[in-house]
Amino acid sequence: MATDTAAPDAPAEPGAPERFPVTVRVRRFLPDEGPEPFWQDFVVEVFPTDRILDALHMIKWEQDGTLTFRRSCAHGICGSDAIRINGRNRLACKTLIKDLNASKPIIVEAIKGLPLEKDLVVDMEPFFAAYREVMPFLVTTGNEPTKERLQSAEERAVFDDTTKCILCACCTTSCPVFWTDGQYFGPAAIVNAHRFIFDSRDEGAEQRLEILNSHEGVWRCRTTFNCTDACPRGIEVTKAIQEVKRALIFRG
Amino acid sequence: MQIHRYDVVIVGAGGAGMRAALESGPRVRTAVLTKLYPTRSHTGAAQGGMCAALANVEEDNWEWHTFDTIKGGDYLVDQDAAEIMCREAVDAVIDLEKMGLPFNRTPEGRIDQRRFGGHTRNHGEAAVRRACYAADRTGHMILQTLYQNCIKQGVEFFDEYYVLDLLLTDVYGQKRTAGVVAYQLSTGEIHVFQAKSVVFATGGFGRVYKTTSNAHTLTGDGMAITYRAGLPLEDMEFYQFHPTGLAGLGVLLTEGARGEGGILRNASGERFMERYAPTIKDLAPRDMVARAMVQEVREGRGAGPHKDYVYLDLTHLPAAQIEEKLPDITEFARTYLGVDPISELVPVFPTAHYAMGGIPTNIHTEVLIDNETVVPGLYAAGECACVSVHGANRLGTNSLLDINVFGRRAGIAASEYAADAPWVDLPEGAADHVEQMVTGLLSSTGTERVGELRRAMQETMDFNAQVYRTEETLSHALDDVRGLRARFANVGIQDKGARFNTDLLEAIELGFLLDLAEVLVVGALARKESRGGHAREDYQARDDETFMKHTMAYREVGPDGSSVVRLDYKPVTVTRYQPMERKY
Repeated sequence: MATDTAAPDAPAEPGAPERFPVTVRVRRFLPDEGPEPFWQDFVVEVFPTDRILDALHMIKWEQDGTLTFRRSCAHGICGSDAIRINGRNRLACKTLIKDLNASKPIIVEAIKGLPLEKDLVVDMEPFFAAYREVMPFLVTTGNEPTKERLQSAEERAVFDDTTKCILCACCTTSCPVFWTDGQYFGPAAIVNAHRFIFDSRDEGAEQRLEILNSHEGVWRCRTTFNCTDACPRGIEVTKAIQEVKRALIFRG
Repeated sequence: MQIHRYDVVIVGAGGAGMRAALESGPRVRTAVLTKLYPTRSHTGAAQGGMCAALANVEEDNWEWHTFDTIKGGDYLVDQDAAEIMCREAVDAVIDLEKMGLPFNRTPEGRIDQRRFGGHTRNHGEAAVRRACYAADRTGHMILQTLYQNCIKQGVEFFDEYYVLDLLLTDVYGQKRTAGVVAYQLSTGEIHVFQAKSVVFATGGFGRVYKTTSNAHTLTGDGMAITYRAGLPLEDMEFYQFHPTGLAGLGVLLTEGARGEGGILRNASGERFMERYAPTIKDLAPRDMVARAMVQEVREGRGAGPHKDYVYLDLTHLPAAQIEEKLPDITEFARTYLGVDPISELVPVFPTAHYAMGGIPTNIHTEVLIDNETVVPGLYAAGECACVSVHGANRLGTNSLLDINVFGRRAGIAASEYAADAPWVDLPEGAADHVEQMVTGLLSSTGTERVGELRRAMQETMDFNAQVYRTEETLSHALDDVRGLRARFANVGIQDKGARFNTDLLEAIELGFLLDLAEVLVVGALARKESRGGHAREDYQARDDETFMKHTMAYREVGPDGSSVVRLDYKPVTVTRYQPMERKY
């Protein structure tokens, strides 16, 4: 059967897609070797349907083992491989070569706004710290029911979109406010607050809204929609933030 | 080197590890060590559902679920363990709902349920709606919900700490758990964690194969570490191939797609499962469906330019149902194959998916050092463990159930043990082994490349130890794997740095995978029968007389330091279901 890394010398079938060379220009940072980031070009032979992650693996496995990046599931569900590709935040495993202009070098760099650790790896801790601050868990009071809590399909639909978040940080690290103000919670934290604020079973909305009403909360959002464009899960991030703002304005 | 002390150390932060942490954290001082950020764990890739006989939408009970699990596992299931899992399933689902998991709902607002492969009403009469689900991201929602509750409880995580060794100390001739040794990825520092209890919840080893639904990071670490520490591995030859991987890529498309009414078709459009499983057709257990698909391709009825896959057909389902119940897999097909499941057939072929075998435990999740004796303070749960609720073939959804039921049990058992047990001294030179492993690789001048050896291993395993096996193919695989193990001794890496050295990490992972590949193949060669996920073309029948027993594989080290696999066997626990022919 066909594989994603067939031998390059396999006989080409008429009409079948063929490998072609593409230049991947990577912003390297090797702290053990020097203090400054630098650009390095790699040429790899790819199929149009290969992912950027495949190209990075080809570099690491066949050319330069020092190239460092995070990845795990390779199909867009674990959120490990958020990087900046041609100036846009994307998951390396969900970006196909054919969807980029491969006649020019493909520019690959770490996501912005988080401390750079090595090559494409950033320190995720500030991102997760913001997430933890918005109380991203169900808050309830009183006795628990014997069986499940009831929730109608309509009630569940209200927050369905924001349950898709995989915490990849594509949105937060594409936000100009986050770049300049490291204290801002950022879109991902607000998305995850939204997921509980609008859950009919939850009773912690007031506390969460108070947190998001703070100086570094939702009011810092300038609705530039970078976050919505960046989300690899198709979450309407800006809309979710607007809904939180509205909840703050109209709360009793 | 740093030394830490915790009552309980949990290795792995997927579903089983975090479910254990939620029980252990409030009871005793607990740390979770994980080589990935918790939300990156592969539990998050599970899609279709988690079965429990809630009977929210139609009549059901946990005894039917137990029977299906045992029959689905081709009677290699330990029946006491299956009873526990299926009985505790109901509470496990309710617990998750109370933690906040957003299940899909019935019109009455209850947890909705859908059909899944091998789950039936009244011992096989017809498919039953038993799988509780959240669209096709049930695993994602379980992982998120467990992580959220860990945050709520203040569980202490050590993110990107890669555990590389288990410390056992001899106390009066008995091996006791003393802790683990971990490598901190961000700094390259080595940490010794002294612990009264250690819980392994490290997941599977799908990366032993080339075409797999598994993450790159699923390299069987926990299994290989315990194996190297002298403990056995159980039933490793039983590896599940999920029928519906995206052809050529192996990306998982949930069985829930067939639960929602999807149909498998060959090149001529025939619904071929009607011939193989007349009663439940496309919802037969995974081993049977995978074999049927391979059979169709072998007999020339495959689709595509190379006739090497079949089709998953969802086109007869309403678009709204697909978008609402199966949004993620719809997007996978669109993104990776450029195929829209709403209007087009999706090319699919079996993909390496799940290890039925693993670290042997009893029903309390205590790890066994032989057929009966437990290692005090050592526990395992989830895919890395073999309790054995899945036997020779796991039913769909039972893995999400397994991690919740046995993850919870492991957390309780490990913390209760640690609350009373004395500390065990760390062995002399506790970190020596890991230090040698790391410095050995960093200073190696070897010429073999990790990428090349891994590719060769994955190709021989795909070719020779996949859905169908014979003496010949398995012998070939064994020769290849042994050759690769020899070459691995001469492996070299390019990154010599201390920080985020993923080059080093991948070399260590490959070493683990090669050990496990050998165990898998040796077990498969010796099992001269066909049962569940292990299909021998040269021994096509199930042989209960000789082989209704678990394989126990031990690592034997020779005087020259080389290791071989020694096999032993363990009886299956039978409570109420005698083996019978497996028809669907």
